[in-house]
Amino acid sequence: MALENENPLVFEAAKDRQITPEEEDDDVVDKIDNREVFDLIRDINDPEHPLSLEELNVVTCSQVHVDDDKNEVSIQFTPTIPHCSMATLIGLSIRVKLLRALPARFKVDVQIYPGTHASEDAVNKQLADKERVAAALENSHLLEVVNQCLTSRKT
Amino acid sequence: MISLQSIAELEAHSDRVWSVSWNPSGTLLASCGGDKTVRLWGKEGENWVCKYRLEDGHQRTVRSVGWSPCGKYLASASFDATTCIWENKDRDFECIATLEGHENEVKCVTWCSNGSLIATCSRDKSVWIWEVDEDAEFECESVLNAHSQDVKMVLWHPTKEIVASASYDNTIKMFKNDGDDWSCFSTLASHESTVWAISFDKTGERLASCSDDKTLKIWQEYLPGNTEGVATVGSDSAWKCVCTLSGQHPRTIYDVKWCSLTDYIATACVDNAIRLFKESDCNTDKNQPSFDLLHTQYQAHTQDVNGLCWNPKIPGLLASASDDSIVKIWQVVEK
Repeated sequence: MALENENPLVFEAAKDRQITPEEEDDDVVDKIDNREVFDLIRDINDPEHPLSLEELNVVTCSQVHVDDDKNEVSIQFTPTIPHCSMATLIGLSIRVKLLRALPARFKVDVQIYPGTHASEDAVNKQLADKERVAAALENSHLLEVVNQCLTSRKT
Repeated sequence: MISLQSIAELEAHSDRVWSVSWNPSGTLLASCGGDKTVRLWGKEGENWVCKYRLEDGHQRTVRSVGWSPCGKYLASASFDATTCIWENKDRDFECIATLEGHENEVKCVTWCSNGSLIATCSRDKSVWIWEVDEDAEFECESVLNAHSQDVKMVLWHPTKEIVASASYDNTIKMFKNDGDDWSCFSTLASHESTVWAISFDKTGERLASCSDDKTLKIWQEYLPGNTEGVATVGSDSAWKCVCTLSGQHPRTIYDVKWCSLTDYIATACVDNAIRLFKESDCNTDKNQPSFDLLHTQYQAHTQDVNGLCWNPKIPGLLASASDDSIVKIWQVVEK
């Protein structure tokens, strides 16, 4: 199958998070922050390329917003090209990863970075519809594709 | 002052609970969800207990449940594209029929007020009308393809043979039987995103709707020849939005239920809260009503509230369903 975007720009991955002594201290309440959520999604595989969403600049730490007190996480991702047909699948993979990894108290919003996709509104609406997301995850074929995106290549 | 008092917390589902529904006598509460089961809850002495567990009917999430007006049958709609009809046989519920035909997820099932018709809707964009004959046989009478996107909910008018549907295409549509077949006679367009749920008031002259656009809307029926001069077509009524409540819900509203005993409107919101509204006492003009937010039950659940149902016999008794897998029962307390 022909790739939609044959030569994507590849970006350098961020350095590993520095673990502070406070974070290893079980007595200190450790809020979930942007970087922690970014670390959950940066290694998600692009459905088309053998590269991570971080390496393709689809997700960046600055487009992850976390408010631990309000239980809110919002993520904006940037498809590599404005007509990327994989945008919904990428968004779904991010959503599923966070569904599995974050405490259930969080309200997660996953949206396309404004102005970077031709069908931005339609994709955003679909990603926000939890009934559609729930139904998609009961579809074994689609679940398999999502799981492939979520399987770490770094083993 | 109005408040909600917690009566019971029913824990048995192992996954998200999507929907709850009281039987017509108000003695049994059906709940369903992501664990593919339907549970029926009733009171034993002072305690609410799970009396029946209906399994093996569905292969996927059970999205909604609806009782027949006689209370003898329960219908369940599932993401597996089927609707099961369960019959109450003394000590058990037995699946007596499976309605097949939708291409994919069935989102909602509802019986009309005299029990002769059932409506279902699906992600396949269609609404199906099923005829129920005396031997409890079910036959598809009509397939309605008026919506351009998923149909989230169907609901019969409380007295007339009219079915209303709410959709991902942001509209509500009303259908009637015009002799030969069913047709759409009214499209209620005002919401700016998915309409998740609708609820008639006890008269059927008003309809409440809630949406992904975070608003609650009240629609008023105008009969042909109305004195207000609202245009109608033929013998059909026109429906007009007469009130939009915005600002009270910070996130998507998944369900709205208008109580036929108390006139309270309850909403289920993604912000984990249940809210109660009522028409203002000082309203004099039915064309410009205002509704007051009387109570917000913050953290009614620990996750999204998905569904609500008012008990049809006990005023102010409300059941709620949530992503936290718990079904709760509440009593409205006025003091």
